[in-house]
Amino acid sequence: MTSLTNTIGPDVPAPAFTAVGGDVPDYFALLKPRVMVLVIFTALVGMVVSHGHVQPAIGVISLLAIAVGAGASGCLNMWWDADIDAVMTRTAQRPIPAGRISSEEALGFGLFLSVASVLVLGLAANWLAAGLLAFTIVFYAVIYSMWLKRATAQNIVIGGAAGALPPVIGQAVVSGSVGIESLVLFAIIFIWTPPHFWALALIKAEEYARAGIPMMPNVAGPASTRRQIVWYSVFLAPLGLVPVALGFGGLLYAVIGVVGGLGMLAFSVRVLKNREGEAEKRAAMGMFGFSILYLFALFSALLAEQSFGLFRPLV
Amino acid sequence: MPDPEVPYRQLTPQEEARRRKRSIAIALALGAWVLLFFVLTIVKLGPQILSRPL
Repeated sequence: MTSLTNTIGPDVPAPAFTAVGGDVPDYFALLKPRVMVLVIFTALVGMVVSHGHVQPAIGVISLLAIAVGAGASGCLNMWWDADIDAVMTRTAQRPIPAGRISSEEALGFGLFLSVASVLVLGLAANWLAAGLLAFTIVFYAVIYSMWLKRATAQNIVIGGAAGALPPVIGQAVVSGSVGIESLVLFAIIFIWTPPHFWALALIKAEEYARAGIPMMPNVAGPASTRRQIVWYSVFLAPLGLVPVALGFGGLLYAVIGVVGGLGMLAFSVRVLKNREGEAEKRAAMGMFGFSILYLFALFSALLAEQSFGLFRPLV
Repeated sequence: MPDPEVPYRQLTPQEEARRRKRSIAIALALGAWVLLFFVLTIVKLGPQILSRPL
């Protein structure tokens, strides 16, 4: 059987993409799978700290819908940011700038998955959860990607709200409402986001400058960014312990919260003090890596306490 | 029918293989979509939906 496809005439520049579309893993990469895993994890914790019960099948389908919704917003982000992804080494090999998938294809894929994920979540769980998922997708793809990212140094501060919403959606799935538990988890992720990303931005400042992204180190300078990383960490450490005060974080969570909070403070001070050369890079990467570990440990503690009978109340 | 005004070319074997894999992935995704709605229906409405009088 002969396969035929359109081609471009000799006097027309060839497009950067192949006309037959990308490979299956390229479409998967458009969904930012690592972010999807984080979203599933934080949404699951939002579900387990909620007062309520959900049938396991509904819970699994809801988590799947939330993950696909997050993936869809990542896909739309890659569609919009293909021009700046192409000039940054960290993102230049993504499917669109690398020419493996056309931007039109990515747009269609992202829009389809956005609508499908919201529809499935609404039918499986409830329309509050679906509405929150739709808001998250629009916030990330439109408010953050299309507006804030290229407009203000507060881009990842405000845009961090999108990444902080999955626990709220998780609680809405289980209880049909938004409670203080998920709002506290939202606040923790929200305040955690700036020191986490600015640590990376300190090292990648030149690349962000080349791409024209007004990250904090490029706009306010590295010194101001370092101070802000410390201030956010100072605020984050006690905020991380609020679940204990509200009674849904127990002894295990408290220990991890105290040790992790002190670790965040120590790493942020290290970033403040080490301002040049390899020491600067090591301090920033240390902060970046430890911040991931800190958030993962906090949420894992909640999951373990609520799901495996490890909860020992302190208040 | 291909438009005779538009130039066409034959796909390379690599492009053919890529398109075939993509078609299989789409078929699997559609199957999963149908299964998902089936499970959702049973869970939401209860298993008696399968033995209701028609």
